[in-house]
Amino acid sequence: MDKTVADPASAVADIADGMSIMIGGFGGSGAPIELIHALIDRFHATGSPKNLTIINNNAGNGRIGIAAMIDAGMVATMVCSFPRSADPRAFTEKYLAGEIALELVPQGTLAERIRAGGAGIPAFYTPTSYGTDLAKGKPTAEFDGRMYVQERWLKADVAIIKAELADRMGNLTYRKAGRNFSPLMAAAANVTIVQARQIVEPGNIDPEQVITPGLYVTRVVEVADAQQEEALMRAGVAYA
Amino acid sequence: MIEKLSNAQIAWRAAQDIADGAYVNLGIGFPEMVAKFQPPGREAIFHTENGILNFGEAPPEGEEDWDLINAGKKAVTLKPGASFFHHADSFAMVRGGHLDVAILGAYEVAETGDLANWSTGPQGIPAVGGAMDLVHGAKRVAVITDHVTRDGKPKLVKACSLPLTGVACVTRVYTSLAVIDIENARFVLREKLACMSLDELQALTGAELLVQGTIGELIVPEL
Repeated sequence: MDKTVADPASAVADIADGMSIMIGGFGGSGAPIELIHALIDRFHATGSPKNLTIINNNAGNGRIGIAAMIDAGMVATMVCSFPRSADPRAFTEKYLAGEIALELVPQGTLAERIRAGGAGIPAFYTPTSYGTDLAKGKPTAEFDGRMYVQERWLKADVAIIKAELADRMGNLTYRKAGRNFSPLMAAAANVTIVQARQIVEPGNIDPEQVITPGLYVTRVVEVADAQQEEALMRAGVAYA
Repeated sequence: MIEKLSNAQIAWRAAQDIADGAYVNLGIGFPEMVAKFQPPGREAIFHTENGILNFGEAPPEGEEDWDLINAGKKAVTLKPGASFFHHADSFAMVRGGHLDVAILGAYEVAETGDLANWSTGPQGIPAVGGAMDLVHGAKRVAVITDHVTRDGKPKLVKACSLPLTGVACVTRVYTSLAVIDIENARFVLREKLACMSLDELQALTGAELLVQGTIGELIVPEL
């Protein structure tokens, strides 16, 4: 079994127009910048992929990563909890111009919907958002005297995430709080694509340390010196 | 001009009620200040939505690790005994009632305990983050806030006019003028600044303040 591929471009080569893509990361921590930029490169060269639904906690920052995808016009719908950032221009301009749709989801509900998607649970009840505008139109029910809102699972065609270590079987570790949504997304997508700082031989990751078992992972590419969204932001980099 | 507490003093007062060993989530912005005022000898463990327990202060400039941030996307450090976990676990801690206290900011708090703190209305870009989750998990959900808005309108009201974050979720409010509990859908006044009369405080409050027994004096240090 060997899930490794040579470079970010081949890792994301089958992502097509109209797909839904879960992108790991919380702000810049854990954001798979090189995989995102490989998608942007292909869009500039071929016009695809476009009309994408992007699922992430945020909606991009500055002129790099998800913000650069939005700027390029690749994104039709954003599913997120917090479409604000230090520099939210890209999303804000498209949203106010009516060129991008927003599904706003409370952060814990977003995480649990993705978890449920990966775990085969089509719906669940949560206290979050009961009695608020974000619960409008959703079924509610009382359990033990308290009211809850029904939420549905969230799945995607593809997940693109960033890991610290991977082996060729797709077992993953993460770095610090860069973990965030990535283990959930790995399980909730049909195809899970990983950029890892280092790919090691099977057996070189202690099984006790594996966070995402390789079963959830489709392919892995090594990006040894990955860029960090926050550092790019602060340097004023624009990816186009 | 009525004397009132600074934000730091409100945060200080809220910090005095955090017990030794408490697991605490502080909302982004003003509530983050509460961490600075832990009473000596007490250890609180801070939780952040993006998957860290027991983080500490910001690192010196230039030493940031951008995989080590809090929910406000600010760089933090780790204390001994810290842990990382994914987002579903993080919110299991929140909704599952495993946190002792959440301290949040507010636009409005109603006497019923309803909180509005995520949206100022339909204009602009809506963003909710973890606010709606945090109000439903901690054993105690406290709010720290100025007692009135910038243009002098009460923030403690009978019913919120802004979009709700949660229904009947707030248990205590620390304001720039008073400490108020919410019990049985009523504001119960616990402490107020000595320089204010009850009538003056009531005039700045949008719902009736109930008095049960003696009202404590709200005393804070110069900060």
